[in-house]
Amino acid sequence: MSVVESSKDTGKGTGENIASAASRLRRTAWYQQPRFTRLWAMVALGVLLALVTGEQGTTRDIFFSVKGSLTGLNLWICLAVTIGIWALREFAAEPIKSSVAAVKSTVSGPAGTVQDRLRADARLRWGLIVGGLVLALWLPSTLARTWQTVLVDQIAIFALLAIGLNVVIGWAGLLDLGFFAFFAVGAYSTAYWTGRLPVEPPVVLNNFWVIPIAVVTCLITGVLLGAPTLRLRGDYLAIVTLGFHEIIYLVAKNADGLTGGPQGARLIPDFSFSFGGIEYEWSIDPLPYWYLLVFFIVLVIVLFSRLEHSRVGRAWTAIREDEIAAAANGVDTVKFKLMAFAIGASTSGVAGVIFTSKYGYINPEVFPLLQSILILAYVIFGGMGSIPGVLMGAALLVWLPEALKDYVDPADRYMYLGALLVIMMIYRPQGIWPSRRRQRELTMAGEGVGDADAMSEPAGGKA
Amino acid sequence: MSLQEFWDYLVLGVMLGSLYAVIAIGYTLVYGVLQLLNFAHSEVFMLGAYGSLIVLQFVSPADNPSALASIGYVALAMAGSALFGGVTAYGLEKVAYRPLRRRGAPRLIFLITAIGASFFLYNLAGKLFGRDPMTLPEMYDNHNVLTIFGAGVNVTQLLQFATAVVMMICLDLLVNRTKLGKGIRAVAQDAEVASLMGVDIDRVISRTFVIGGVMGGVAGFLFANLNQASYTMGFIPGITAFAAAVVGGIGNIRGAMAGGILIGIVETMTVPLLGDQWRSVSAMVVLILVLMFRPMGILGERVGRAA
Repeated sequence: MSVVESSKDTGKGTGENIASAASRLRRTAWYQQPRFTRLWAMVALGVLLALVTGEQGTTRDIFFSVKGSLTGLNLWICLAVTIGIWALREFAAEPIKSSVAAVKSTVSGPAGTVQDRLRADARLRWGLIVGGLVLALWLPSTLARTWQTVLVDQIAIFALLAIGLNVVIGWAGLLDLGFFAFFAVGAYSTAYWTGRLPVEPPVVLNNFWVIPIAVVTCLITGVLLGAPTLRLRGDYLAIVTLGFHEIIYLVAKNADGLTGGPQGARLIPDFSFSFGGIEYEWSIDPLPYWYLLVFFIVLVIVLFSRLEHSRVGRAWTAIREDEIAAAANGVDTVKFKLMAFAIGASTSGVAGVIFTSKYGYINPEVFPLLQSILILAYVIFGGMGSIPGVLMGAALLVWLPEALKDYVDPADRYMYLGALLVIMMIYRPQGIWPSRRRQRELTMAGEGVGDADAMSEPAGGKA
Repeated sequence: MSLQEFWDYLVLGVMLGSLYAVIAIGYTLVYGVLQLLNFAHSEVFMLGAYGSLIVLQFVSPADNPSALASIGYVALAMAGSALFGGVTAYGLEKVAYRPLRRRGAPRLIFLITAIGASFFLYNLAGKLFGRDPMTLPEMYDNHNVLTIFGAGVNVTQLLQFATAVVMMICLDLLVNRTKLGKGIRAVAQDAEVASLMGVDIDRVISRTFVIGGVMGGVAGFLFANLNQASYTMGFIPGITAFAAAVVGGIGNIRGAMAGGILIGIVETMTVPLLGDQWRSVSAMVVLILVLMFRPMGILGERVGRAA
């Protein structure tokens, strides 16, 4: 602004003055150059990095952590790293680009052929799937007990949950932030039907019978919650499910007469069956539960991948890619969205039943909102819409914090997870193992074709 | 519930509601220009509270301050919270949303980014400032100053209500009377056409975030002054204020104000009727009921005519 005004003042008469003023206008100052702006951004990033990796703060001295992170060696290391990245990108971009491309072509050359062969050759694919399954059944027996527990209590449960959420978010394109609430519904159903809650059930059931009941309960809850909101704009679903999670949590915590309040329920029995003279009871040993969970995961994968390529799955794809076009072609969008939502919810409920039986006790603190966000992060990281992707995402992201427990403060891991979500969304929204279709949809949405989610205005205007 | 109790809670509810209204405006403004739920707005609110806390730590108010000094402390704290809120919102837009907007990413991606950012910010705040709740130092002698329908109103409540009302009036004037306001309305109506008419969309969106952030930050200060500051303080008021924005009609600034007051009253009335633990449930129930029977909100969605 000031440049313009001053040039107006000084360059009144002569053309020469006007020309020089114009050239001055055209010239950008050194600090206006994009290169300099990028440097500033990197410096800011370095400071942020120093804060993120710095010491834990304390409420006694609010400046303790900030002071510590911004005075020590840490800051200089972080700044050196980010400024180094800046310098490399500014001054050595070409050689790096070409060498990266060279590496990429050598790596993806054979990798690409493996992928293509996998797609083309059904026998090879099946061989790999069976091989992976055998490995999944055999490998855990060689692990240490602590890792077996992690595998069962967390990885397997979250894998099951991630497959369920994948239906909602990856296939139908709906954002469900209260997914773990249905897990709580499943868990409390287990406690109720095994007679461990303050309210007596009409009949005490075996845990295996609780599974179908929990599925039905979650289906009904999902429909009740989804019916009013799924008719509306998709992003309302996100906030309503978030609120629903909070309601479930508060009910679990405060309705003492119904849910046992903060104490929750304890002494919930394990799975057991006695059929035709064979009796078996699952116990504290993680391995039998692992086999049970693998069974359920495989079952759910088989069911869902049948669904993916059925009429229902195609309807989901249509809704996701362009809701209005789908409705115009006769897809009942509300019905199919509701279906995806309810199917996801019941998967979450099943996971809740298994978890509760394994753990033996529950209380409201097992179901914080955090968990819903965690599963979301797993699905996103792995690649929404791709079953191997979400399995991998769940396994990796559950395993990583456990493995880094001794090096990184556990309290910080959610911070890193949040950062990971943002970075993934900016640089690789399709995830580490994307489904091909999803990847293409995201590219197309970037070019203004289709939506790649069911978040826009509902077809046919507002209800 | 006696009549006196009713008035007491009604006054309390309106005071609380004014705060929700201010936060709800942050959601509604961003929704107006981007058609996007800014999930991370609750973290803007939370960091605003820490902004005032940090300023007050620097100033460290004296015991029994004079009236003038009290005003000074409050003004400084408010400035700190506004600065923190504004900077956070600006940074969020720049770092998290702008790259996505450039690429034309689907809304799902925006929402997930917002959640990730919110997650990152509140855990970072917990790490930097400690994870226990903190009380703001005393800035003034908190006594009852006036009585409305027999319900006493103390300095804290009056400050909260007055600040909220002043901010809302300023915002209304800004949106309806200034050039920036015109730009905001134009972008909300049709961003593409607005850019053809010479509106710098990037700048308008960025400034909209900052306006919402400043208001959210100050609301954070007022909230922390009433209760406590903690790194998780943003979540519940954030959802509640979002509910208020939708109840009033998303994108509609006056709707957000009305929705905020309504939700505030409903929430406060829940306390004598059902008990304190059901407070935050009531807001969600109101939200779901409104979505079922009047999905466009009380005053109607008026994305684009942000008034």
